[in-house]
Amino acid sequence: MSELIKGGAFLLGPVDENTVFTPEDFDDVHLMIKKTSYDFMVNKVEPRIDEIEEKAEGVTLDLIRQAGELGLIGSDIPEEYGGEEADKITTMIITENASICGGSYATSFGAHTGIGTLPIVYFGNEEQKKKYLPGLASGEKIAAYALTEPEAGSDALNCKTKAVLSDDKNYYILNGAKQYITNAAWAEVIVTYAKIDGERFTAFIVDADSEGVSIDPEEKKMGIKGSSTCSVIFDNAKVPVENMLWEEGKGHQVAFNILNIGRFKLGAGCVGGSKKVIEFSSAYALQRIQFKQPIAQFNIIKNKVANMTILTYLMESLVYRVAGMIEDKLSAVKASGAAASDIVQAIQEYAIECSISKVWCSEAMDYIADEGVQIFGGYGYGQEYPAERSYRDSRINRIFEGTNEVNRMIIPGTLLGKAMKQEIPFMEAVMNLGAALKPLKDAEAPAESPAREEFYLQNLKTLFTLVAGNAAQKFGADIKNEQEILCRLADIAMDIFAAESGLLRVKKMMANGESEASKMALKMTQCYIYEMIPRLEAWGKEIIAATLEGEAASKAYSGIRLCCNFEPADIYGPKREIADAVYAGKKYFLDR
Amino acid sequence: MKMFVCIKYVPDTSEAEVKVNPDGVSVDSSRFSFDINDADNYAVEESVLIKEANEGDITVLSIGPKQSDVMIRMAMAKGCDRAVRIEDERIAGYDPLMVAKVLGGAVKGQEFDLVLTGCMASDDWHMTTGVALAEELGVNHVSMVKKVEILDGKKVKAYRELEGGLMEVVEVELPVVLTIQTGINEPRYAPIRGIREAQKKELKVANLDDLGIDAAEVNADASLVVLEQLYIPQVESSAEFIEGEPDVKAEKLASILVKGGLV
Ligand SMILES: Cc1cc2nc3c(=O)[nH]c(=O)nc-3n(C[C@H](O)[C@H](O)[C@H](O)COP(=O)(O)OP(=O)(O)OC[C@H]3O[C@@H](n4cnc5c(N)ncnc54)[C@H](O)[C@@H]3O)c2cc1C
Repeated sequence: MSELIKGGAFLLGPVDENTVFTPEDFDDVHLMIKKTSYDFMVNKVEPRIDEIEEKAEGVTLDLIRQAGELGLIGSDIPEEYGGEEADKITTMIITENASICGGSYATSFGAHTGIGTLPIVYFGNEEQKKKYLPGLASGEKIAAYALTEPEAGSDALNCKTKAVLSDDKNYYILNGAKQYITNAAWAEVIVTYAKIDGERFTAFIVDADSEGVSIDPEEKKMGIKGSSTCSVIFDNAKVPVENMLWEEGKGHQVAFNILNIGRFKLGAGCVGGSKKVIEFSSAYALQRIQFKQPIAQFNIIKNKVANMTILTYLMESLVYRVAGMIEDKLSAVKASGAAASDIVQAIQEYAIECSISKVWCSEAMDYIADEGVQIFGGYGYGQEYPAERSYRDSRINRIFEGTNEVNRMIIPGTLLGKAMKQEIPFMEAVMNLGAALKPLKDAEAPAESPAREEFYLQNLKTLFTLVAGNAAQKFGADIKNEQEILCRLADIAMDIFAAESGLLRVKKMMANGESEASKMALKMTQCYIYEMIPRLEAWGKEIIAATLEGEAASKAYSGIRLCCNFEPADIYGPKREIADAVYAGKKYFLDR
Repeated sequence: MKMFVCIKYVPDTSEAEVKVNPDGVSVDSSRFSFDINDADNYAVEESVLIKEANEGDITVLSIGPKQSDVMIRMAMAKGCDRAVRIEDERIAGYDPLMVAKVLGGAVKGQEFDLVLTGCMASDDWHMTTGVALAEELGVNHVSMVKKVEILDGKKVKAYRELEGGLMEVVEVELPVVLTIQTGINEPRYAPIRGIREAQKKELKVANLDDLGIDAAEVNADASLVVLEQLYIPQVESSAEFIEGEPDVKAEKLASILVKGGLV
């Protein structure tokens, strides 16, 4: 892959499809790991879903260990510590498949391999890695990540847990309570955070069997019922000084960067979960007869199946694109002999894209799970079919790893921060708005696709610059209080990123020759973009109405209209074809 | 123990709709996903188990397109040592005797103790290739094998499952061709590490000329089988509703079953 792309830069100009990773770029190793991880889930995990949901003793742990034997939980761990040290694409493939058998296994797996293990991988010192990683790579030991507290949820830094050095200086004595901790009941290793002397926010590795550590009973939850979620109580817990992770007072670097990775992995989980919903919903629709025909053949059901498939296509395109960006950055950093701090920066570079992956995919998955229930009708509301469970399981994705509100605010917040620091030429783009808008007055969209859709997307990027620029100029630093505007800017940025990921993927596919797959991918991208333009136009106007008045507002509205000018096209026909393609194989059809 | 294991790349016809191409003798495979033939997967596992218990060396043989490389590497990821993929348009692939000749040609001239194949392929169900291969190589064969024991490195004891669960046990001298049934073992998954090692193992691609096989002996002209037509039978449904009181219904039903020779 060529030059590295800056995080957030996609909003400011066209992106070359050759810089983007797509699932069509999987090599043989990726495809083989995909098969192993898929077969493992279907043959080993799926038959045990009911036991998992009941939290039957040892079942999830047994499965995680079996996955460990295949190397499926150590993909991010260096080889010297018993892991596979695979690329991020591999990790995404495994994460995607780990989510096809319900949210419970996915969450246990994700908390262990992601937020539980990665702090030690990226921030641990040599001794800590040697001591902990081999057991975590094999699944012999399970990890948890304990950040949230009763009074520190979204406001994680409001941490009340305190650490004080013992008189003999051999231990930190921790006091406090962590809440909603995934894997808590099973974990032997807990990565947690406390303020040293109530001041310096710092990460620690805690052995769960240490003196003073206790685990409360399981929470009763709406979904992911087979995962363990408990409070972890530190009552004069003794943590050896050598278990301090990273540097004193730098716990936030650990906490937030690990969440960044958690966020883009969460997107991959949504891809797997959504593909499963498409599978069981289409199979059901094809065999459920009403009015003497399979309900699958009713056009409104086709429309639903198509919408689900379009979102899944874009999610998949988006997630692997982000994985490719992070992989490129990490390999560049590693090649130059990375220190942990370089890796931190590498991940931080794509904070915007990680948040987009989390928010956009979790909401797409929620929509898909919801429509899945709808296709099943009354049977979807009952527990006999999987639609009900996936609906309940899906909901948590919008809450953990930073709520979708918090993540939405990160998107424009980070972007404006980068603009201030001149890391990306956002201010220049704002200055050049006049020049960008002028040619749109009598511009004609190209007749050919996907050049046409690319033209529209480019104009939507100009729309983003227009509204974000006006809002930034009007509110300055106070824009942080204009949360409605920030969230809408995030909505616009996310839709652009998702649609563009689909579009760049089509372009890459078409460059390899037109195929059934590329035609379908183009239809899916077109449908999404045609529905998205009027939506973004409305959002843009909404922001301007809250930002400008009088002539300035009128001028901005006409700019918005220029950016959102498009020739409507039929989307019902293409959507019927998309559904038919799903029905032919009773599954998401672009999987290899 | 020097082994060859023969595997075939077949379409999964269980989910996608089967459509016959306009030529009437082939199937539209664009919507199918392809993978290793089920029984062959068990043959691979059995060869790896034998290798693990007795030491040995396994060569994978497959006739198929480039796309099947991933399947072949998967067998190597599980423990097979090398592979030869034979690709040549001239081979009359629908005729098991021609296929056996090609596979035989790839084995001939090399030492071997065991050749394992699946007992049948899920696409054309000939159940012939393995047996024909033994004939081609001039060695013993045991078909439909459900259990294998290697005796002192010179003989194998093979268990054949017959109708009604009957087991037949045969002892044969090596070298021998075994056609393996599904269920003989539990095929493993390829671990990531194995998958990576497999990329470094040799996968040789050969055509008939490379193998020294005369195309005239294995092409459509040589084949005694002519594939005339493939078609999907019309679905017919005839249902008879039996009316009346329960005892009358039972009597009518019983007489239908008896007349139809079904009981
Ligand atoms: C099943 C489950 C598993 C979990 N696993 C873990 C785990 O393994 N480790 C861990 O550390 N935590 C875990 N959590 C905790 C989770 O990360 C938190 O619940 C989440 O971060 C939200 O915090 P909160 O619940 O305190 O909600 P709050 O922060 O109180 O948020 C409540 C609402 O207010 C909104 N809000 C908050 N702040 C702002 C703001 N500044 N502006 C606008 N809106 C705002 C939120 O978006 C939300 O809608 C888990 C939670 C659940 C339910």
